[in-house]
Amino acid sequence: METDSRHTMGDRMLRKEDGRFIRGKGNYVDDVRLPSMLHSAILRSPFAHARINNIDTSAALELEGVHAVITGEDLAAQGLAWMPTLAGDTQAVLATDKVRFQGQEVAFVVADDKYVAQDALELIDVDYEPLEVIVDSRKALEEGAPIIRDDKEGKEDNRIFSWDAGDKEATQRAFERAEVTVSQDMFYPRCHPAPMETCGAVADYDVSTGKMTLHMTSQAPHAHRTLFAMVSGLPEHQIRIISPDIGGGFGNKVPIYPGYVCAAVASLILGQPVKWMESRSDNLMSTSFARDYHMTGEIAATSDGEILGVRSTILADHGAFDAHAQPGEQYPTGFFPIFTSCYDVPAAYAAATGVYSNKAPGGIAYRCSFRVTEAIYLMERTMDVLADELEMDPVELRRKNFVKKEQMPYVSVMGWEYDGGDYDAGLDEALRIAGYEELLEEQKKAREEGRIMGIGFSTFTEIVGAGPGKKCHIAGIEMFDSAELRLHPTGKAILKLGVKSQGQGHETTFAQIVAGELGIPAENVEVREGDTDNTPFGLGTYASRSTPVCGAATAIVSRKVREKGKKIAAHMLEASAEDMEWTGERFQVKGSPDRGATMEEVSFAAYTNVPDGEEAGLEGVTYYDPPEMTYPFGAYICVVEIDRGTGQVEVKRFIAVDDCGVRINPMIVEGQMHGGLASGIGTALMEVIEFDEEGNHLNSSFMDYLMLTSMEAPSYELGEIVTPSTHHPLGARGVAESPTVGSPPAVVNAVVDALSPYGVRHLDMPLTPARVWAALRENGVDA
Amino acid sequence: MRISMNVNGQTREADVEPRLLLVHFVRDVLELTGTHWSCDTSNCGACTVQLDGEPVKSCTVLAVRANGHEVTTIEGIWSGTELTPMQEGFRQEHGLQCGFCTPGMILTATAFLENNPDPTEAEIREAISGNLCRCTGYENIIKAVQWAANSREGVSV
Repeated sequence: METDSRHTMGDRMLRKEDGRFIRGKGNYVDDVRLPSMLHSAILRSPFAHARINNIDTSAALELEGVHAVITGEDLAAQGLAWMPTLAGDTQAVLATDKVRFQGQEVAFVVADDKYVAQDALELIDVDYEPLEVIVDSRKALEEGAPIIRDDKEGKEDNRIFSWDAGDKEATQRAFERAEVTVSQDMFYPRCHPAPMETCGAVADYDVSTGKMTLHMTSQAPHAHRTLFAMVSGLPEHQIRIISPDIGGGFGNKVPIYPGYVCAAVASLILGQPVKWMESRSDNLMSTSFARDYHMTGEIAATSDGEILGVRSTILADHGAFDAHAQPGEQYPTGFFPIFTSCYDVPAAYAAATGVYSNKAPGGIAYRCSFRVTEAIYLMERTMDVLADELEMDPVELRRKNFVKKEQMPYVSVMGWEYDGGDYDAGLDEALRIAGYEELLEEQKKAREEGRIMGIGFSTFTEIVGAGPGKKCHIAGIEMFDSAELRLHPTGKAILKLGVKSQGQGHETTFAQIVAGELGIPAENVEVREGDTDNTPFGLGTYASRSTPVCGAATAIVSRKVREKGKKIAAHMLEASAEDMEWTGERFQVKGSPDRGATMEEVSFAAYTNVPDGEEAGLEGVTYYDPPEMTYPFGAYICVVEIDRGTGQVEVKRFIAVDDCGVRINPMIVEGQMHGGLASGIGTALMEVIEFDEEGNHLNSSFMDYLMLTSMEAPSYELGEIVTPSTHHPLGARGVAESPTVGSPPAVVNAVVDALSPYGVRHLDMPLTPARVWAALRENGVDA
Repeated sequence: MRISMNVNGQTREADVEPRLLLVHFVRDVLELTGTHWSCDTSNCGACTVQLDGEPVKSCTVLAVRANGHEVTTIEGIWSGTELTPMQEGFRQEHGLQCGFCTPGMILTATAFLENNPDPTEAEIREAISGNLCRCTGYENIIKAVQWAANSREGVSV
């Protein structure tokens, strides 16, 4: 049992939020019950591409208990049939002209209960005229391909964007003079964040006040409120978004989905609260997917492994509507330009083409910072191909090309300014934990015994914590974040944030930051977030930005409050403010350690004994715009063994050393590491969304969309090094996404390493038993 | 159809449609929202309750099937004043993050420990393998179950 009740920065404090969750007292959107609340269901397209000739809702409307059936035509009458996406494209709320992916929203039924709403779906008659389908993005730009977005005036192909970055000519020269070049095609398959809680909302329009309250699974409630106001025309102060407890987000709850809009419209029309909750199939089929990148990675190097240039080519499938999560139109591939990663690369170039397909819209940043996952996978996979080509130890190759500690602050050839780091130290620690020499011995022995064992590496840096506002925005809103802190007379504090936890433990971590800055126990700081009427405007939680941006805001606002506290303390102690110092625990008169005041005492004085010229109270608000992003980095080692007979990959060990800078709550950091590793290992081994040639979704339930269970998950071996971030007032970086970014290439590299004696140089994810089994048999390995 | 069952020690009666799922009966009729649903296909275990002491996935049990039986949900697993060792274990070992899978995990693991009070790690992994968690990677959930196994006494709150 915990006895210490004074926790602060750096402590393994147990989470404040857990009390309600272990009692079943969490409050998720589907737990919201309002008087006279109605339920809903969405009719979805069975076709991937079809013209809608007619929708007959009459039978559904006649069903007892049905209150409304809304179609795209109804929405069009109010100018709401289409909505903007995060990428500046448009997306159909309910289809009017045609459906463009299987599972697309066609009609919205509102009824007394969800069973009746489902019954009503069966009674809606839609006359579809099937059209030719594009499932394979490589065929999207072929001559004669059907035009998916014929709603866009003048659109004559399926191209969304063409983009490039870096120095094409310099990179070309590097390849021309290189002694060795390698090239590897690879596919990062489509997958899905699939949080345990699906997306949903309760829209509650109050006819008497004109106020719309949306209880909503939102990772970014303030940004969503502004977008709702801009799209609907409702005044922004008359929209309140409450994002209650969220059952996991992982990027899935960043976009605005048609269901939210339909629930709001239905509540406006009916004057009653309307709940919309996705089924799991709805979630997997229609809300934003992740990845779906065809890539080619190329490296030019000297014969002893010094990298001269890196080139990457991308074909990005964004589905039927470009709902790509990106911090501004200048980033159609997100932060993919981080692909030179932790390596000192003198020349680099990336080119990408984005296309529409008849698949669900996206893609979102599933537990990563805007396409960093794809970038690091490309680099780490290609590094191993180069090591293989050079017959060089992959460890040695990586180490040889690391950006050195002495080069920090390093500016990459792609223009990113890194915030410190010691990549050699990270790799050393990972090798130490793994016992690399013994592992190599073990592998040698395993091979002699006919066992198929592999060791895979991944060393990388991420880029997280968008802004700065001048570089990153959502719909023009700069990506700062905010914190508002108020101390009450007895020294207890309430901290209100612009971000929103989905399980990250903000109520604990952010309280610890205040505790560290003000010398009060974290137990005495209550953290509130997720209610746009009662928290300052912020951009929300995704892309590991809470601690880098809002954590910094919290530190800064605490320091502001401390600054005022100093004047009050000086007044209390009859000293001048210039003579006061902060010890980390209390104010003290310089040179007189017996004359001091704690923040609790100062808080009381702030309401009872204010100096002349000062206002009462002790509070502040900060809108923090980070100077630059933060660059957490890691060194991962994966050990696998493959069953010769079945092709089953078993992850025997997973070593992950991370540097996320200063750790505010190491217990929470480690927990997030575990979860991210499970996500990444799942992506490498089993998670995938595929379609047949007609565009039928083949993984629309958890029977087909396989995620890691406790049986496949390894026991994680974590390590840490700490180089404080130079871009953050506490020296902290984001963390929870590094493991999702870094682990897939480590797993794939391990599997390829295991199979390399048989001539395998690359396999695409997911490395299912069927795929590995085929590789074994094709390469002459007997069961 | 009129059904009656003992839920968390109390007799609860209601008229329900024969097709009503137990998870919806518990959540919508009885308003015990600590039981969650996530997948609809009994793959994830977020909806786990105990039916006569056995963990079942209430998204694939009809409410009428529980007629005359005993149902225990997360709200009834503890006394209301004293947390169970399993609940406390999840807190102590950081066995939860978003909390959505937690009630189902606690009900599954509690029933498991009653039959196997001193399990190995491999047995714990197998026992909870029908409950999915997207946040923790399972490591700390396993530790939470071990914590509970090592703490027979209840924990006052």
